[in-house]
Amino acid sequence: MTEKNMPLWEVFIRSRTGLSHRHAGSLHAPDAEMALQAARDVYTRRGEGLSIWVVPSSAITASDPSDKDALFEPTASKIYRHPTFYEVPDEVGHM
Amino acid sequence: MTDTPLFTYTLRLADNALVLGHRLSEWCGHAPMLEEDLALANMALDCIGQARNFYTYAGEIEGKGRTEDDLAYLRDCDGFRNILLVERPRGDFAFTILRQFFYAAFMHPYFERLSASKDERLASIAAKAVKEMAYHLRHSAEWVIRLGDGTEESAARLAEALVDLWPFTGEMFEVDETERALIEAGVAVDPAALRPLWLETVDRVFADALLARPQDGWMQTGGRRGEHSEHLGHLLADLQFMQRAYPGSTW
Amino acid sequence: MYAQALNAATETSKDDPAKLAAFQARIDAEEKIEPNDWMPEGYRKTLVRQISQHAHSEIVGMLPEGNWITRAPSLKRKAALLAKVQDEGGHGLYLYSAAETLGVSREELVEALLSGKAKYSSIFNYPTPSWADMGMIGWLVDGAAIMNQIPLCRTSFGPYARAMIRICKEESFHQRQGYEIVMTLARGTPAQKKMAQDSLNRWWWPALMMFGPSDTASQHSDQNMKWKIKRFSNDALRQKFVDATVPQGHFLGLTFPDPDLRFNEATGHWEFGEIDWSEFNRVVKGEGPCNRERLKARNKAQEEGAWVRAAALAHAEKRAARKAAAKIAAE
Repeated sequence: MTEKNMPLWEVFIRSRTGLSHRHAGSLHAPDAEMALQAARDVYTRRGEGLSIWVVPSSAITASDPSDKDALFEPTASKIYRHPTFYEVPDEVGHM
Repeated sequence: MTDTPLFTYTLRLADNALVLGHRLSEWCGHAPMLEEDLALANMALDCIGQARNFYTYAGEIEGKGRTEDDLAYLRDCDGFRNILLVERPRGDFAFTILRQFFYAAFMHPYFERLSASKDERLASIAAKAVKEMAYHLRHSAEWVIRLGDGTEESAARLAEALVDLWPFTGEMFEVDETERALIEAGVAVDPAALRPLWLETVDRVFADALLARPQDGWMQTGGRRGEHSEHLGHLLADLQFMQRAYPGSTW
Repeated sequence: MYAQALNAATETSKDDPAKLAAFQARIDAEEKIEPNDWMPEGYRKTLVRQISQHAHSEIVGMLPEGNWITRAPSLKRKAALLAKVQDEGGHGLYLYSAAETLGVSREELVEALLSGKAKYSSIFNYPTPSWADMGMIGWLVDGAAIMNQIPLCRTSFGPYARAMIRICKEESFHQRQGYEIVMTLARGTPAQKKMAQDSLNRWWWPALMMFGPSDTASQHSDQNMKWKIKRFSNDALRQKFVDATVPQGHFLGLTFPDPDLRFNEATGHWEFGEIDWSEFNRVVKGEGPCNRERLKARNKAQEEGAWVRAAALAHAEKRAARKAAAKIAAE
């Protein structure tokens, strides 16, 4: 008998207040509530979590690695976006 | 010398937690899915942790130097004070989950009240346990709903577990002389007073699980007095094997 | 725990040479390869096989230790053992997830294990008749595993490396709890000392076999080294393990079941006797003491859980349908 596959979920955990949720891993669960509970049981066994997000893996849209140059290269030359591009005399102090 | 009421009371809490934790731990490596294997182990660890805290305190109350392990490993069936519900064999997943639901739906409000006990030690153990039982309740209730309103087979298995388990739920609410005085002194929780709340929780979850609550009838009893089923002896044979085979050793 | 080096054969590549060269350049630059990146077919296949074998080993590895959870001799040991076996389940889960990023489902991988097609570490085909085996598995088997797992934290495939980092962090207590159990026995009654020594006698050689065949007999590790899937040779890791472990055993007054074991002052290494590779090959092939039992136990859990998984999925569908119907009704 071939079983139906249990949906895959991605787990994001906020480990401390003030931090953003970070990808912790994935798991299988039939629905969102069970996915949330499984995330708690699997990924926060050592007090790693304050808040959990679970997202169906199928809901994630990812960029294509072959688009890497087109997506990310053009910003490399725009050095005027960084503070060190501008000169401020030392006498002015920290800015 | 007879045991003091506080000792017996604390021992009952400890034995319930240990025996149920033992049953839950029997699932480790054999659960229906990997995620649930971890969930069941988490609940087992919570129960074993609660048992250790209560045993340690019971040993101190008694004042004869008995440790948590002396109490867990060196008493026979008639010394155990757990309710019969927790010593039923683990059964299938429907049985395990429904038992956990019945127990957690009772122990969650129970520990909530015990955390206000006039006995500070009991209160502090309960304050930690109440959070654990809140999760046991949430997890088991969600599963009861899924099994009840899942497939024909899961509904049938859950219904079968209900018939098996229902007669063992009455013992949770019993009050005897040992506890009466402690309840009046504000040390122990009155379990009978929790029954309406428990029924409310059961009814709420059963409504979603498409499950009918049985009529109240005859209930099993005896565990809290040391009168047990055939199953506890086998559980203790497992649990206590090493301590019995190699007495007086350090592990 | 971990999958021993089973040295799966790597396919000869039919991939585009230019892409292959670019891929190798990324590996050489210590760049991590991510699931959607281009990769040679052989790399993908080797990874799926190695990561899933590793996952299977964690899951099957729950059984020999699970054998003692209900009989642990103290409540402290019971809690620690249960937490450890639970960790192994978690590690299996992380590893299945890492393998799944390569386009296989957990169901397919589990099916390969249950049908006997996939391999897992053969150390778990040995029985655990005594409590001392809980100590010995932690000390020796987890100790051997750590030797292999720490370098795997830097393996070239990103999801595998990240899973290994999490696993290594969590496993740090496993070997210590094992050694503490053995130490308590070694300092205990004569019966306890005997229990520890008997257990060491049974586990020592199988633990050495965990590192896989000798480098001279192993033809497939070159490509895996080049791809940085594997970062040290079997023999190098085995020697590292022996050097670390022998003094720990002597400290406890235990004797290793190897008359040829001796310290070489010149090299600074412990030299050990010939490993019985015929035993290793037998157990890998299926003729170990517990091969059939272990697979049967996994199959039984899977079969007995089928109705639970079916119910959960059926309920999820019903719930989704109700939600959709309610939405339509509201519109």
